[in-house]
Amino acid sequence: MGWKDLFSRGLARTREALGRVLSAASGPGRGPEAERSLEEAFLGADLGPELAARLASAYVRGGARGRAEAADALLDCLPPAGRGPSGFLAAAPLARPEVTLLLGVNGSGKTTTAGKLAAAWTSRGQRVLLGAGDTFRAAAADQLGLWAARAGAELLRQSEGADPAAVAFDAVRRGVAAGFDRVLLDTAGRLQTKVNLMEELKKVHRVVGKALPGAPHRVLLVLDGTAGQNMASQARLFAAAVPLDGLVVTKLDGTARAGAVLKVSGDTGVPVALVGLGEGAGDLADFDPPAFIEALLPAAEGAA
Amino acid sequence: MFEALTGRLQEAFRRLSGNARIDEGNVDGALKEVRQALLEADVHYRVVQDLLKRVRERALGADVPRGLAPDQLLAKLVQDELTAMMGGAGPRHLAWASLPPTVILLCGLQGTGKTTTAAKLARRLIGEGRRTALAAADLQRPAAVEQLSVLGKSVGATVYTAEPGEGAPALAARARREALRAGFDALIIDTAGRLAVDEALMAELKAVKAAAQPHEVLLVLDAMQGQDALPTATRFHEAVGVDGLVLTKLDGDARGGAALSALAVTGKPVKFLGVGEKTEALEPFHPDRLAGRILGMGDVVGLVERVQAKVDAEEAARLAKKAAKQGLDLQDLLDQLLQLRKMGSLKELAAMIPGMGGAMADNAMDEGRLKRNIAVLQSMTPKERRRPEIIHGERRKRIAKGSGTRVEDVNLVLRMHEQMRTMMKRMSRGGRRGGGMGLPGRMGGGFPGLPRF
Repeated sequence: MGWKDLFSRGLARTREALGRVLSAASGPGRGPEAERSLEEAFLGADLGPELAARLASAYVRGGARGRAEAADALLDCLPPAGRGPSGFLAAAPLARPEVTLLLGVNGSGKTTTAGKLAAAWTSRGQRVLLGAGDTFRAAAADQLGLWAARAGAELLRQSEGADPAAVAFDAVRRGVAAGFDRVLLDTAGRLQTKVNLMEELKKVHRVVGKALPGAPHRVLLVLDGTAGQNMASQARLFAAAVPLDGLVVTKLDGTARAGAVLKVSGDTGVPVALVGLGEGAGDLADFDPPAFIEALLPAAEGAA
Repeated sequence: MFEALTGRLQEAFRRLSGNARIDEGNVDGALKEVRQALLEADVHYRVVQDLLKRVRERALGADVPRGLAPDQLLAKLVQDELTAMMGGAGPRHLAWASLPPTVILLCGLQGTGKTTTAAKLARRLIGEGRRTALAAADLQRPAAVEQLSVLGKSVGATVYTAEPGEGAPALAARARREALRAGFDALIIDTAGRLAVDEALMAELKAVKAAAQPHEVLLVLDAMQGQDALPTATRFHEAVGVDGLVLTKLDGDARGGAALSALAVTGKPVKFLGVGEKTEALEPFHPDRLAGRILGMGDVVGLVERVQAKVDAEEAARLAKKAAKQGLDLQDLLDQLLQLRKMGSLKELAAMIPGMGGAMADNAMDEGRLKRNIAVLQSMTPKERRRPEIIHGERRKRIAKGSGTRVEDVNLVLRMHEQMRTMMKRMSRGGRRGGGMGLPGRMGGGFPGLPRF
């Protein structure tokens, strides 16, 4: 199965739900009624009140072109650099080793993403070192270790409560010394409003740059796909702490639509790199904006 | 990012003329603002719709009391409605079994904080003098069992883990039997995070429930969750019958509208709030506070309580006395600043007021400045702190050097002290207010005479 199939399968439920809404609204008396149903469908996809109202209106007024116009409006939300398929997984390392840093709030799925990303890279024949930088959560390093074993990656860890910056430093140094292709650094979850923890993150970022000039080469913010409008605050405050290169949206295999990510990506200018579509190691996919938007919008026949 | 609802309502009513009362002509415009605020707080759109309908009815029948603007009345009606919804959903304490152990089952989506909540709840119950055990029935997430074992040990709870080949339902049944035999008062069962649409895992959850026969099924809900909270809660409720909600990650700036969605479909109350990463960070739920938070009015009560908990009341009284008698010196200023810092990060405190996060907190609460001021004061000799008037040019230079700051920074601290002294004099002349309020430092940033941190 191709990535695109997997992707649209993950979002199939969204599309079905929206399609149902639309066909219900497309009978006689369309117009205000249809607009309201559409707005609700877009609200349900976490697009936020403003965007939902704007899209619903564009959809209904646009007539036969309505769907295409809504799709364009959604694509326009994204930063110019983030409107095409991300091509993240197959990209060659930017350096040797390429250092990638994963960040995010508690429970967003950083460690799982680290495991899946490591698996994606090792399956391409690359040597990957995982750095267990979450030294706060009990057994976080054990969790990452199990993923490392599954993926055939190596793990570098220290004791619980160790300085995360020291773990990151050691991992990068070891990655350089032992000739790894990639070093992937997990970090502890932190709420974006915790000033001390955000300072800690800045330190990790700084120290990684000292261990290897130019590193980290990629900084990815992991966002829980079930999150609502708070996603904006997360992206804004993490971006204010360290420069972000990409967003990862997890947990898209449920009923959540993660519509909020489009606006968040546009507002911060950070493109979406990856989406998590399931619990298996292979269920991490490149972000494909047209496919994502296609899956967010009700089927074409409804609007015609 | 979010404006407080009150501000929005004022704006809505200002646009309409002759708004002495709420009528058909102006209520809908105003309610649109309420709707926007609730949707931005992630309350599910259907729940919003019902709520607005009720508010509209009440608002149209209401006369605006003297002294209350229509926008204030409407804001109050909305808040009352939210509070009533959350407060009227049944008892917020745990249902204790007549024959121990009381079995509590935690369920929810992945990453909501079930394992952490299990440990927090155990710590709380142990603190109440109840013998509590944990069962690690999350056999899906790698190392979840280890995580609960470590946390359980840290709070002094026994942790039951699965034998090789033992599934989650079998473990739950065995844990219950052993907890009974060992005479535990409570058994808390952690389960795997699951998607409501994952039928295999939902079936397992039902089996765990059947095996454990819990007295309480708690749905753990992430305060950051969006619109999906409603369908999620619906499915969990249908599958296992939820008795209460635990809302986690409220120490961030999420407004927690998801709680209202889940409460609306389950009809069950929020019983606990998760407010931090450490195991003591579990709090009882107050409907009025969460209502204010969802509306963007801020958890002011929570803020005040937190400040009070960290401020030494005796110290404040001592200071008040001293201020009245002999005035405050630089040592007192240092003590106050250290106390201010003890309350935790200023930005963190500011974040308890939704709308105050981010850039606003950055401007209002300059932590770097606070740190510098403390360094300056700590680089003075005790004598200098007691008698600021002796700090002349050479001393200022030395203090700046010692604290790694510039002479301007030292001057700034001295000026701050001067302002404080003037303010204190004025206050003690004013009489009651100074003493009664417990004096400076009682409120974060409310240090009299300190223009800006």
